[in-house]
Amino acid sequence: MPDANSLYGPLDPAPDAGWTDARPRMGFFTDTSVCIGCKACEVACKEWNDVPGSGLDLLGMSYDNTGALTANSWRHVAFVEQPAPAGHRTPPFAGYPTAAPASATSAAVVAAGTADDTGTEPGLPTGDPVAAARMAAGPEFLGMPGSQPPGRATGVAERTDFRWLMMSDVCKHCTHAACLDVCPTGSLFRTEFGTVVVQEDICNGCGYCISACPYGVIDQRKGDGRAWKCTLCYDRLGAGNTPACAQACPTESIMYGPLDELRERAAQRVATLHERGVPEAQLYGHDPTDGVGGDGAFFLLLDAPEVYGLPPDPVVTTRDLPQMWKRAGLAALTMAAAAVVAFVGGSS
Amino acid sequence: MGLRTFIQGWPVYRQLTGTDPLGRGAAAQSARSAALTARTETADSVARSVCPYCAVGCGQRVFVTDGRVTQIEGDPDSPISRGRLCPKGSASKSLVTSPLRQTTVRYRRPYATEWEDLDLETAVDMIADRILAAREETWEDVDDAGRPLNRTLGISSLGGATLDNEENYLIKKLFTAMGALQIENQARI
Amino acid sequence: MAEAHPVGFQWVMEAKRRGAKVFHVDPRFTRTSAVADTYLPIRAGTDIALLGGVVRYILENELDFREYVLAYTNAAAVVSEQFLDTEDLDGLFSGYNTDTNSYDQASWQYEGQERNSGGEDTGKERDSAAGLEHESHGVPTSGRIRRDETLQHPRCVYQILRRHFSRYTPEMVERVCGIPQERFLELARAWTENSGRERTGALVYSVGWTQHSVGVQYIRTGAIIQTLLGNMGRPGGGILALRGHASIQGSTDIPTLFNLLPGYLPMPHHADHETFDDWVGSISRPGQKGFWGNSRAFAASLLKAYWGDAATPDNDFCYGYLPRMTGDHGTYQQVLKMIDGGIKGYFLLGQNPAVGSAHGKAQRLGMANLDWLVVRDLFLIESATFWKNSPEVATGEIVPQECRTEVFFLPAASHVEKEGTFTQTQRLLQWREKAVDAPGDARSELWFFYHLGRKLRERLADSPHPRDRALLDLTWDYPTHGDLAEPSAEAVLREINGYETASGRPLSAFTEARDDGSTAIGCWIYTGVYADGVNQAARRKSRHEQDWVAAEWGWAWPANRRTLYNRASADPQGRPWSERKRYVWWDPEKAEWTGYDVPDFEKNKPPTYRPPEDASGPDGIAGDDPFIMQSDGKAWLYAPSGVLDGPLPTHYEPAESPMRNPMYGQQANPARKVYENPVNPMNPSPPEAHSDVFPYVFTVSRLTEHHTAGGMSRTVRPLAELQPEMFVEVSPELAAEAGLAHLGWAHLVTGRSVIEAKVLVTDRLTPLRVDGRIIHQLWLPYHFGTEGLVTGDSANDLFGITLDPNVLIQESKVGTCDVRSGRRPTGPALLDLVADYRRRAGMTVDRRIPLVTTDAVGCDDAAGSTDQRSPEAAAGEKRGEDA
Repeated sequence: MPDANSLYGPLDPAPDAGWTDARPRMGFFTDTSVCIGCKACEVACKEWNDVPGSGLDLLGMSYDNTGALTANSWRHVAFVEQPAPAGHRTPPFAGYPTAAPASATSAAVVAAGTADDTGTEPGLPTGDPVAAARMAAGPEFLGMPGSQPPGRATGVAERTDFRWLMMSDVCKHCTHAACLDVCPTGSLFRTEFGTVVVQEDICNGCGYCISACPYGVIDQRKGDGRAWKCTLCYDRLGAGNTPACAQACPTESIMYGPLDELRERAAQRVATLHERGVPEAQLYGHDPTDGVGGDGAFFLLLDAPEVYGLPPDPVVTTRDLPQMWKRAGLAALTMAAAAVVAFVGGSS
Repeated sequence: MGLRTFIQGWPVYRQLTGTDPLGRGAAAQSARSAALTARTETADSVARSVCPYCAVGCGQRVFVTDGRVTQIEGDPDSPISRGRLCPKGSASKSLVTSPLRQTTVRYRRPYATEWEDLDLETAVDMIADRILAAREETWEDVDDAGRPLNRTLGISSLGGATLDNEENYLIKKLFTAMGALQIENQARI
Repeated sequence: MAEAHPVGFQWVMEAKRRGAKVFHVDPRFTRTSAVADTYLPIRAGTDIALLGGVVRYILENELDFREYVLAYTNAAAVVSEQFLDTEDLDGLFSGYNTDTNSYDQASWQYEGQERNSGGEDTGKERDSAAGLEHESHGVPTSGRIRRDETLQHPRCVYQILRRHFSRYTPEMVERVCGIPQERFLELARAWTENSGRERTGALVYSVGWTQHSVGVQYIRTGAIIQTLLGNMGRPGGGILALRGHASIQGSTDIPTLFNLLPGYLPMPHHADHETFDDWVGSISRPGQKGFWGNSRAFAASLLKAYWGDAATPDNDFCYGYLPRMTGDHGTYQQVLKMIDGGIKGYFLLGQNPAVGSAHGKAQRLGMANLDWLVVRDLFLIESATFWKNSPEVATGEIVPQECRTEVFFLPAASHVEKEGTFTQTQRLLQWREKAVDAPGDARSELWFFYHLGRKLRERLADSPHPRDRALLDLTWDYPTHGDLAEPSAEAVLREINGYETASGRPLSAFTEARDDGSTAIGCWIYTGVYADGVNQAARRKSRHEQDWVAAEWGWAWPANRRTLYNRASADPQGRPWSERKRYVWWDPEKAEWTGYDVPDFEKNKPPTYRPPEDASGPDGIAGDDPFIMQSDGKAWLYAPSGVLDGPLPTHYEPAESPMRNPMYGQQANPARKVYENPVNPMNPSPPEAHSDVFPYVFTVSRLTEHHTAGGMSRTVRPLAELQPEMFVEVSPELAAEAGLAHLGWAHLVTGRSVIEAKVLVTDRLTPLRVDGRIIHQLWLPYHFGTEGLVTGDSANDLFGITLDPNVLIQESKVGTCDVRSGRRPTGPALLDLVADYRRRAGMTVDRRIPLVTTDAVGCDDAAGSTDQRSPEAAAGEKRGEDA
């Protein structure tokens, strides 16, 4: 029978999804403190999964020309240029004749979802400087001062601190995956590894999953209509192989393994970084008690999640489903009763 | 497939009778998903290769099925790369299977505005003729003082640094024997 | 390194995890800077000033690893009293000849060896890029060298070094490089604190160092630091050159270079090497010490490999067949000659000079003026389509209907469609297995050249001409296989390795080479790669099944040694310098060298061995001289000859600089190779007037997502989409000054051309305060061109052609430009814009660039005077007085 936490709270999802022979839950731990932004993950993913091209647009969001996770980009490396101190490191521009920073541009990294035709729905933000500046100016972007277009700032403050954050984003493979819960066709399913996979032979392109995802990950492919996202290389896992992105990652920023082990490793890494004078190191998506029951793909970040374009407190959109069902069930019963009453009444 | 199997394969049947009453896991797995395996597992052959981009020398495994490259990924045995590849190395399959690759000889006649087709054998013959003619016209036996020169300065070559040692060896050997001195390489650049 | 060699960078991250500190010096903040502990922005072209500052810091604070320095370097050697330093001559060394703009090296020699330099006419050596011969070894020296083990003699190398670098103070580093003093000192402290007996530091550089008019001296400065600190030949130390192409190391070992034959044997020069004995004698003199003493055997064995039975001791192994150099035949000289119509046919083999070489316009104009061009590549690259799709077609400078060049495009096989070896950056040969057949007409170079050679030989079979003997006598009988008659790459590798001519037995080591015709060796430094008839480069023992040196993965030259000069990892007595850093050591009981790696030393030569007075070859190397390819067994802090632009590195401004050299009256490298040609005008630099027309410094490099000229990345969709457009990076400060908008257009102008790019305004670039003024730097990727999935203007079009004198590599990492908002003009208007800039900058056709810009004693006549008395003459007089 389903666990009491089937829809919310800590859970080992594979057995809950009926896998009597469930394997240890597998996942990703992406340590952004060692990411060098090479994008090997993006390419390795595309090569293995035959993911189509995602457009040839210069977005002007630092070195990010992918823009967001889409149906045609299942890994996405975000680049954030920040006038923030880089922990223990020497401020790169201390002593140089610098003026006010321009970093607002790269904050645009976090704001996907506008116009450019990329073969996916929705497309990518246009590489428009005004839009970039506008996106960068919002209060949700921490550590992003300035609303001026880059290079136009009139501030007199010198920039000395600077850091360049990079993060390879991916589907979180939530413990409570709303995409899966709302899928009416059974296309989205929980694998024996605890991962969440769209079955391309089942998906009918209804798109319910897209609005259900609290991270904005899953996406519809233009011309195809079906929903696509990271499968955590389900086919490779079955053969005992590492997912393509993790296998390629030159610096082990993307680590793959049993989630329990990854969580231990992550806790150690955070402790090490704290010891080494990087107090801003924090985990994201590791906590089984969070709004999605913890992520199968979680991260070590060097700033608030919003800076990377991640929601600070994601909640599974189907959290209230049981209550809704109860109410719906009650309503149905009431209606049925009313019908019976009417029937009975009518016959009397 | 018998009727019984057919019915047992039906997701709703599995959902109602199995361990996955919510139909989100085992019961929802499609036949395609159940049959999935990594194409690297079923490849006809695997070649141990080396990445053609930079000079780090990452090990690659090239998987081939039906005479086509189906996957190129890092070789975990390599002490240099430990199975990892950068974006360029990871794109090697797209490189070698790119639809933009030119697979036939193209020929541009002097003063022409378009390419023409040309047979490979003919092309090599034409090139051989031109080498001999250029050599004939520009040959230098000796210098002003009668010292040997044994060369032609009418022929040049510039090679990329993704050529194999064996190839470079034959290139240098042949050009040297024909007296062509102006043989250069990306290594100069 | 993270940017262009990400997988190699995993080892830096590994070291970081274990506590290593990573410093990154670069004009722009890159993906390497992002994870480095300290990032130092630097003005492009000033690395010698920075590194010279570190040398001075080491010497002034006596932080050198003294025991190592005394025993293993030439620090104690006493130099001729005729030597005059840049300190004496305002940036020139003694021996400069204003007629040839090159040095006579006689006065640079060790005391008593002034007549032994072998470098009297270095203008000639420059033209033949003779410096390249020393990639594997130093130049010859001879006789006993006077040493002062106290290092106090004013003319000992140590003291000369101190004096030479005395002005490279932290203040001067700041003035020249724009690096604040405190930041410089942080680097100098960390480097010295992490070197010595217990610790080692590694220096990593990329092409950013070699592509300068003083490129070789950049690397020399790095070598001086690493030698002073005892970081050479030891684990965790060294100088690591990150080369940019799969087999670029192989391309110099088995060169397709005009001035070299395989194994760094020089291509003969018509005047100096008339006979076999002349030639061999120039490589190593009789009595030469060190392993190069065997060069006669290496040379004879190469000729034997080329001409087989026809090559005999009686005919000097067909030495007469070799073509002779008469001067500079390098790729840039060739291109200028093509423009003048002097070259008939041109082969491009997997190379795209229209985008990848400096001065793209000259490259394309040259190609447009050939009889025929053969392009062998995977894709229709810019160098194949210049006649229909190039900037010059747009401006009308190339009109297809008037362009006479006949173009053959032959598709090439990819790396998975053929077998063979690459030699990677760490001298490692790795064999690739063939995975699939090449599609259509695509063929390997091996196939093309084998069959081309076969056809040529068939056509000439009855030739009466002596000139054709070299082709007809060539050993060209490689076995072929398959439907396409692909030659056997293994057979070629076997020939490269070398074999006994009588028995055909593959040789195991280059020590087996003989000069009597009994051995044939295609490339002597590779001998051993086919030892025992086994393809050692194909070895793939998993890293899990062997130790960290991984000696059974592939094969490294020479003799499968993974770290060169590893004898230096032990002290003079043969004991590891420290337990932490043990690598190779002397085992007294077994009386042999042992350790983790193959010892780079004669296995049974004890540390106590002292050569007899008359010993030559390897026997001349003492048991405590680790640098066995050097004629004196020592690492050279000071190079008495072999480096054409000075025995010590000196900061010169780049050929194009907005700055007067703050250090010396001498502005730029006085020995650099320049081409005075109307197509190659160089932007003016001080002290010339009008340098302000091009006020900005620009530099170019790679992006992770692309490869070199883009032929293997702009054509590949998953890469093209990651960096889809040409762009230029500018600091917010420069954007404000020049009126540039993020993602707007800008165009950059030099005296050669104008290109356009999208603007990325980024905090990753910073202005610099240099010698009291603000200098702005721009950065561009050089991957773009007119073909492929993503296209854009080519950054290399901006550069002119000026070369390093030692190796003839172009300065294409720094230049000056102007930048303007908006798109560039098109058509003839583009040419007008460039012409207008040239006019404003005084770049007239008859302008001559002053190579000497100092009026220091000894060359007060050099800058524009009609008096031809040269500094060499001055030095000569001094010699006369002393005599």
